[in-house]
Amino acid sequence: MIPAIVVFIYLAIILYVGMFAFRRSTGSKEDFFLASRSLGPWVFLLTVFGTNMTAFAILGSSGLAYQRGIGVYGLMASSSGLIIPLTIFLIGTRLWSLGKKHGYLTQVQYFRDRWECDGIGTLIFAVTALMMIPYVVIGMMGGGHTLDSLSGGWVPYWLGGAIVAVVVMLYVFFGGMRGVAWVNALQTVLFLCFGAIAFYLISRNLGGYDRIMAEIAADPKDSALLTRARISPQEFFSYTFIPLSAMMFPHMAIMCMTAEKVTSFKRTVVWYPICILLIWLPSVYLGIVAAHQFPGLKLGESDDVILRLLSENTDVIVAGILGAAIMACVMATDSQIMALSTMFSQDVFAHYGGAKKYGENVQVWMGRAFVIVIATISYVLALALEGQKSIFDLAIRFGFSGFAALSPVMLAALFWRRSNKWGALAAVLWVVFSMVLLWWLQLYSNGLAPKPGQSPVPIFAGLGGLFLRTPMNVTIFGYMPVMFMCLGSAFWMALVSLLTPAPTRATVEKFFPPSSPKPLPTT
Amino acid sequence: MKYKHWLLALWVLIVFALHQDVWNWTKPGPLLFGLLPPGLTYHLGYSVLAAITMALLVRFAWPAHLEDEAPGDPQPPTDQP
Repeated sequence: MIPAIVVFIYLAIILYVGMFAFRRSTGSKEDFFLASRSLGPWVFLLTVFGTNMTAFAILGSSGLAYQRGIGVYGLMASSSGLIIPLTIFLIGTRLWSLGKKHGYLTQVQYFRDRWECDGIGTLIFAVTALMMIPYVVIGMMGGGHTLDSLSGGWVPYWLGGAIVAVVVMLYVFFGGMRGVAWVNALQTVLFLCFGAIAFYLISRNLGGYDRIMAEIAADPKDSALLTRARISPQEFFSYTFIPLSAMMFPHMAIMCMTAEKVTSFKRTVVWYPICILLIWLPSVYLGIVAAHQFPGLKLGESDDVILRLLSENTDVIVAGILGAAIMACVMATDSQIMALSTMFSQDVFAHYGGAKKYGENVQVWMGRAFVIVIATISYVLALALEGQKSIFDLAIRFGFSGFAALSPVMLAALFWRRSNKWGALAAVLWVVFSMVLLWWLQLYSNGLAPKPGQSPVPIFAGLGGLFLRTPMNVTIFGYMPVMFMCLGSAFWMALVSLLTPAPTRATVEKFFPPSSPKPLPTT
Repeated sequence: MKYKHWLLALWVLIVFALHQDVWNWTKPGPLLFGLLPPGLTYHLGYSVLAAITMALLVRFAWPAHLEDEAPGDPQPPTDQP
């Protein structure tokens, strides 16, 4: 129970930070939704990184490492360490510039102007909002499971999720983007500090990681965890497309518009891979250690192995503090709720006349109302979906693959002046079609799914290896569908743009002014 | 693009390709310092290489012109359909 009390104290501190941010607010639209575009380099780095440091990262990666070994670090972390900062460098800086120049608060506002079309903006809004909801739900689930584990069942899953939902709702409601940014920065620092302490204490209590690793290496059943034997080369390669999703997540795109200057991005771009290393390496490593300590857990059960290690190997106070830090990660859902609120209030309410009719003040209050609505819906979904899918699997299928497949739309908008709304429409429809198809294939093949460690099985015998079913996913010739979704999206974007009329001269000059350097970076 | 930007683009592609370390696939040892299997050690180093690559991009290809293109008072976006 003591760890849970420590977590409650932490939640109270978080609430205070959110309220303090509220006292600094000016009440304007830009202030509530973008913290007046005023984040400096360090807060920006910690916030952007904290935004991505989620239940998926901490609980999902250790749970997956438990099942599949050290390859999970290369699969999820090291490729992200290259691709995500690269997209921040290429896309994030340009979104910041466009936001500042044209007053954009969301990427949909940019798409509407860039593609000279309301409908495409609305479609992208609908698709991204739908794909974001599961991501928020994952945060709620992570919160519920964390409190449940830390309190030894005293705080049940449903109550833990409710507490997380209320706390996040309150500080986002009052503090807006400034509250989210400060809380994220604080959470990132806390996690890094206490994570290092706990990593050391777990090692000391278990007699040293070297002893455990030697035992795993000597055990024929477990030694595969020290290799990538449980991950196919095709999956490993195609997974590198997943980090392309980062800049298409609305919360990341909106976060990029909060920077004070373009130079604020420099520190984020350079330090991002190191931050990923500091978080993911211990998470994956502890997943392997847990496989040795608590053998036999199934796919969904292995998501809380870090919490088990904490509870059994550290002092209750330390376990509580670390639990609070893990809570910090699962509560990264705040920025997603904030992003959805910004999108609803800007891309729907303001765009369809609300801003003009009711003014800026009402627009801000609509944003706050959306915070409550989104948090409530997500909590209800978290209750309904409990125990059905592993956190990691859910995130991959519904969020990451879809957002990654939308990245060619963003890249074309920013760097290819010939690209147009028809190309964008074709690409978005392709993403929707492929996601529906995959969802159907997943359901259809559930009965065929092999057990962990067994070979993938063909879903349709007549099609050979085209669609294969692994224990967790559907693959295409062994590759993850995200690869084909991205390539298909880029193909349709290019082909349809070339076959249809170019954007108007005014639009091209607006977004690629003749006086500015070429779109690709120049010094 | 300038000559150095082509070089940087090539460097990024090489770093991307280096992610696929097939030669470490089934090697469980030797463990570095008794702690890190070869596949994990390699990708730890890869993360550092990614940070160095980003530092090179920031140093030699920073889009400084974006600061000039973004004035203080933005024009409002189209708020009506």
